[in-house]
Amino acid sequence: MKINKLISAVALAAVTTVTSTAALAGDKIRIATEGAYAPFNLINEQGELAGFDVEIAKALCAEMKADCEIVAQDWDGIIPGLMGRKYDAIIASMSVTEERQRVVEFTDRYYSNVLAFVAAEGKELDTSEAGLKGLTVGAQRATIAGQYLEDNLADVVDIKLYDTQDNAYLDLANGRLDALLSDKFPAYDWMRSEDGKGFDFKGEDIDIDDEIAIAIRKGDPLKEKFNAAIKAIVENGTYEKINARYFPFSIY
Amino acid sequence: MNWDWNVIIEYFPRLIDGVWLTLELVFFSGLLGLLLAVPLALMRASHNPWLRALPFGYIFFFRGTPLLVQIFLIYYGASQFEVIRESVLWPILREPYWCAIIAFTLNTAAYSAELIRGAIQAIPKGELEAADAFGMSRVLKIRRIVLPRAFGIVLPAYGNELILMLKSSSLASTITLLDITGAARTIIARTYTPLEIFAAAGVLYLLIAAVMIGSFRLLEKRLNRHQHYKMPAELAAVDPRMVD
Repeated sequence: MKINKLISAVALAAVTTVTSTAALAGDKIRIATEGAYAPFNLINEQGELAGFDVEIAKALCAEMKADCEIVAQDWDGIIPGLMGRKYDAIIASMSVTEERQRVVEFTDRYYSNVLAFVAAEGKELDTSEAGLKGLTVGAQRATIAGQYLEDNLADVVDIKLYDTQDNAYLDLANGRLDALLSDKFPAYDWMRSEDGKGFDFKGEDIDIDDEIAIAIRKGDPLKEKFNAAIKAIVENGTYEKINARYFPFSIY
Repeated sequence: MNWDWNVIIEYFPRLIDGVWLTLELVFFSGLLGLLLAVPLALMRASHNPWLRALPFGYIFFFRGTPLLVQIFLIYYGASQFEVIRESVLWPILREPYWCAIIAFTLNTAAYSAELIRGAIQAIPKGELEAADAFGMSRVLKIRRIVLPRAFGIVLPAYGNELILMLKSSSLASTITLLDITGAARTIIARTYTPLEIFAAAGVLYLLIAAVMIGSFRLLEKRLNRHQHYKMPAELAAVDPRMVD
């Protein structure tokens, strides 16, 4: 009796798994974003996902006439979640990198990113290698900025890697960090907030030819659909309208 | 699914660096936690209701809130206050290493204090009566009878607590420390091979836990050797049925 129950429970679970995989293959597109990377993706006061990425995702879905569901997922599990078919696309300000391309495929870019050092306004910060020597510099773990520090400045500065950008800001504000290496646009947004007052960009921007795109599983036909939709919203002005709500300059 | 051994081999040295940090964190906070737990346990086992009530709030808080919350409160919370940033404590509190040690120490001390209190209260009354009969002072009784006996009794439970501590130490990775888990997560951020690297990290934790379990077993054998009872052979001679 007990064993029978167990078998039927297992069978039921198997059936549910099959149907949910089938549902994924249907029209509904599940999109993951992080929700901790203002102003690109964040959780707003109403507890909903919002931000540039989310608006772009919605605009793309409207363009594709697709039924979309946007879910929040922690950053360092976001690619494993895509591979595990928990969702079908990542629209979370993800940079196209060689390492990531080994496991996922990217669409065309939907914006371009540069890196910049951030430090207290009054602080003299020479962002050359010699000037940074011995300083404590932070970045978010598993980001282009974090990787840039590890690749170029590992022997020069003391690198601290954070789970979220917000935690890195906290440690910059309380003085644990001398400087933060960050994607420029979210840092720009933070500096305009109450917490980010008194901080400024230092030195030259670091242009690492960084394109931000949508990640999907390899060989997924969604790629063509997304590419067509990105092209369409850039051409019909939807993109520009969304861009203008966040930055006074174009980030495409 | 293709399993990549190379990535484990390539990044193994970084995981080993993490092992040292994990061991340090567990060792120091375990030691400090134990030192803090003993007086707390004695207070908790005291007959004086005021003395008993004193550590209650502390123990209640640290047993009743998640360790992650405690770490964040100490690391990110404390640093919000200018008073703390300008105090003499800041050189310590600004370091994630010390924040982790403080959080782990306070956490494990709260649990261990309750374990030791239980052990103190489990000491057979007769032994305490015997100490009194010998005319031992209270301090001497605690030193010679209560604590040594309590340590023997608490050992299996305390070994458990230290193993829990070992695994909780992975939370240090949330405040930028590169312990085993922190190193693993940083490596995965680069290689996108969570399965291989987390499996390797898991094996390292298992090995450390195995060593801890073994050491505690040895310690237990030694400290509680008077308690091991083996039926004397003469009894079997009297009645062979007792052997089965």
